[in-house]
Amino acid sequence: MNTFVSNAKPTSILYLDGVSVSFDGFKALNSLSFVIEPGELRAIIGPNGAGKTTMMDIITGKTRPDAGEVFFKGTIDLTQKDETEIAQLGIGRKFQKPTVFESHTVWDNLELALNRNRGVFSTLFYRLTAEDKTRIEDILSTVRLVGRKDDYAAHLSHGQKQWLEIGMLLAQEPELLLVDEPVAGMTDAETAETATLLKEIAKTRSVVVVEHDMGFIRDLGVKVTCLAEGSVLAEGSIDFVSAHQKVIENYLGR
Amino acid sequence: MITSFLAKALGRNIVIAAAILLALAALVPALNLLTAPDHALHVPTYVVSLFGKYLTYALLALALDLVWGFCGILSLGHAAFFALGGYAMGMYLMRQIGARGSYGNPLLPDFMVFLNWKELPWFWHGFDKFWFAALMAVLVPGLLAFVFGWFAFRSRVNGVYLSIITQAMTFALLLAFFRNDMGFGGNNGLTDFKDILGFNIQSNGTRSALFAASAIALALSLVITSGIVRSKYGKILIGVRDAESRTRFLGYRVEHMKLFAFVVSAMMAGVAGALYVPQVGIINPGEFEPANSIEVVIWTAVGGRGTLIGPIVGAIVVNGGKSIFTAAFPEFWLFALGGLFVLVTLFLPKGIVGTARQFVERRKEYRKAREAEAAAFAAEPQAAE
Repeated sequence: MNTFVSNAKPTSILYLDGVSVSFDGFKALNSLSFVIEPGELRAIIGPNGAGKTTMMDIITGKTRPDAGEVFFKGTIDLTQKDETEIAQLGIGRKFQKPTVFESHTVWDNLELALNRNRGVFSTLFYRLTAEDKTRIEDILSTVRLVGRKDDYAAHLSHGQKQWLEIGMLLAQEPELLLVDEPVAGMTDAETAETATLLKEIAKTRSVVVVEHDMGFIRDLGVKVTCLAEGSVLAEGSIDFVSAHQKVIENYLGR
Repeated sequence: MITSFLAKALGRNIVIAAAILLALAALVPALNLLTAPDHALHVPTYVVSLFGKYLTYALLALALDLVWGFCGILSLGHAAFFALGGYAMGMYLMRQIGARGSYGNPLLPDFMVFLNWKELPWFWHGFDKFWFAALMAVLVPGLLAFVFGWFAFRSRVNGVYLSIITQAMTFALLLAFFRNDMGFGGNNGLTDFKDILGFNIQSNGTRSALFAASAIALALSLVITSGIVRSKYGKILIGVRDAESRTRFLGYRVEHMKLFAFVVSAMMAGVAGALYVPQVGIINPGEFEPANSIEVVIWTAVGGRGTLIGPIVGAIVVNGGKSIFTAAFPEFWLFALGGLFVLVTLFLPKGIVGTARQFVERRKEYRKAREAEAAAFAAEPQAAE
């Protein structure tokens, strides 16, 4: 076990230690360990198949690890909970492919994402309160979708769908946000705006961003973790990581 | 709380549809009972019964639409809930026969005397009371849906696998109800009903009352379903249909969402079955036939999945067609039904009501675009000056 990692456990927001999982003999994660501090914005890079999405699946309860510990806020064992419970604890997740409710309006998408009572009967008799209305309007302006609030999500552009999904995560009021490739398929202008948006969001919560776009990572200017073959290859500033010999061999150089 | 639920439920189309149903509930019995048989506006009793039956089919299709159209659960076993509701009502009607049966046994229905049974099985107790039978017509399908849904949705059985096990469920019930020892009349089912709530089941008045009850039940269910799908819960249901994992990661318990819709839908199907049996005068295991459930899916698809009004239209149109067709060319009905399904899938994928709705929306959009264009054109010369 990594002593540096173990010491950080009580104060961390997210703590992974020795997490391994394999699918049909293929080791997707191989003793992965890292720690995210409260309020931190962290970028995770790595080649295809490095285990980035599997790592997110494990944190959000979609996949159970074969071995290792996953703790939220130092005490909550995430390996014992399912997706719904983990979402309610305050971990939000943005998928690689933008996943919004296409046959609902932008407004309804945000209304559904609001962190309110999520039971059958409380949603059946739910009425939009003034407070919720203000909250949705705030998020609409944060993600720059005010003018499109009554449009169906299906009619949004790819970049706008990505933002809507980020908006839905904000409505969920998570303490930790996992964002999988937020700028894939975006124009340069949209990419730059997304970097600003994520930095803005990270002021009030912890954010983990998985991304391939090195320019975008440089824009974020935060600590970077490079994964390869299911474990951490290097961790540090973007300059440190991109100068790292193993990283160049495994990822950047190829 | 309830008023806001109702206020949301009452969209314009729903109000119109419910009003038409309620008007029919008053008008059709009046035209049957108050006009002379040779009067131009007279509605013969057999037509009242036929359309009463269609209305119960429409209610069954509406129930299916709640789960299939709005939650993506393609149940191929909904006729099972319908049949269970029907059996509950059939048991009440059997108990009402009393000593008037062929064997004159005041307690035991004929088929039990025939099987040499000496006493009433425990599960037949209470069915001499109408309120009990009515309650069971709702509770038994609801309970089955709850138990079935609990396991299926918790294990995340989805898509075609779920459809297959719903077929298996109705098939298993078919086989069970065929057995004489089950105590539901076996192959012959329950029939020879005499009266309901003390009224002769064959009389014009009773037939009209049953028609009215079916129309009212359908109108009421339409308003309730509309309230459900327009609520925040309904939007989540649509979310589950379109992006199940997204709803899960937003913190909703998808299995509970599905379960509620499934149970409500099964209960509605039970009500439909309970109204169906006194109008056709028989309930037998054939109602559990897997093909029946598939037919319900066709009605819903023809009328328009996910439109609420569509399944009602679909059930009446397809069954009306069936009545005409089976009288004229009996051997071709199944070909016609299959052909209809293929044609609708190819050319009207949204069904009759869905396509009409799409047409209206397109026109609206087109008009809006034209107006915007005209406004831009009007503004231009001034900008140029």
